[in-house]
Amino acid sequence: MSGTVAGVEARMPIRSDLDLVWVRQHVRRAAAALGFGLVDQTKLVTAASELARNTLVYGGGGEMAAEHVRDGRAQGLRLTFSDRGPGIADPERALSDGYTSGGGLGLGLGGARRLVHDFSLDSTPGVGTTVTVTSWAVRSPRQREEPR
Amino acid sequence: MNHDLSLSSAHVPVLRLGDVLLITLQGDLHDGTAEQLQRDIAEQIVRSPVTGVVIDISGVEIVDSFLGRVLAEIAASSRLLAAQTVVAGMRPAVAITLVELGLSLPGLRTALSTEAALGMLATASPGGPRREPR
Ligand SMILES: Nc1ncnc2c1ncn2[C@@H]1O[C@H](COP(=O)(O)OP(=O)(O)OP(=O)(O)O)[C@@H](O)[C@H]1O
Ligand SMILES: [Mg+2]
Repeated sequence: MSGTVAGVEARMPIRSDLDLVWVRQHVRRAAAALGFGLVDQTKLVTAASELARNTLVYGGGGEMAAEHVRDGRAQGLRLTFSDRGPGIADPERALSDGYTSGGGLGLGLGGARRLVHDFSLDSTPGVGTTVTVTSWAVRSPRQREEPR
Repeated sequence: MNHDLSLSSAHVPVLRLGDVLLITLQGDLHDGTAEQLQRDIAEQIVRSPVTGVVIDISGVEIVDSFLGRVLAEIAASSRLLAAQTVVAGMRPAVAITLVELGLSLPGLRTALSTEAALGMLATASPGGPRREPR
């Protein structure tokens, strides 16, 4: 149960709305390579799009790191979005649906949390924000070989 | 900031079928492209009024809060210009994800296909049956 799946690990800049397109494409391909089903791929790509846009719009730009994580036979994809922007003074409020300091709908953070299996937000005002999400493929691609 | 102009200037064609505008979205949409489309549709309606706008999203793999808001705003501004908007062909995975995201787009009319959307608009329009496009 070792070896990496090609095309999963990456660090990508988030500096323009074009970078959001690359981030979504990478997450889609990485999730597919790890055996995520179509609905789970769509959920993770959508969460990544929300978080990357926040990194760009509120964090003033930053990056996404994608990592392949394993738990026994389960294959997971961990995405870390980080910026050195103004930070979030009140994370509880930022996570609540409908709260926005910009012109958004205030759904991005709370929605992203619902769309992934694990979600953590780490932010220090004046220093920056890091949001880490992890989702797991329900079935690993290798499990197909198992007798049933 | 270096922009790839070939992509950032990508432009979605707006087709006119009788008194309906038909827009087919495909693949991964750049934010700027979505905003440009919103302006293009409003301009087209003002130039020559239509009764309906059909946006086919069967080729769209994800709708996030940004694109969802653009679709809702297109529907709202078209309504003010006396045109009804129908979003057609949303993929099941996209629909499931949008609800979980918290964006159920209550004001947006939907249809399972472009044909069904055109049918809805034809029966809704007071001018009787829709002119057949050639
Ligand atoms: N990386 C970040 N740095 C600083 N503030 C942030 C960051 N991400 C989110 N926020 C703050 O949290 C608020 C809520 O974010 P959320 O993504 O939920 O909504 P939104 O971006 O305002 O709107 P939407 O995502 O629905 O378009 C933002 O308005 C902003 O004030
Ligand atoms: Mg947001």
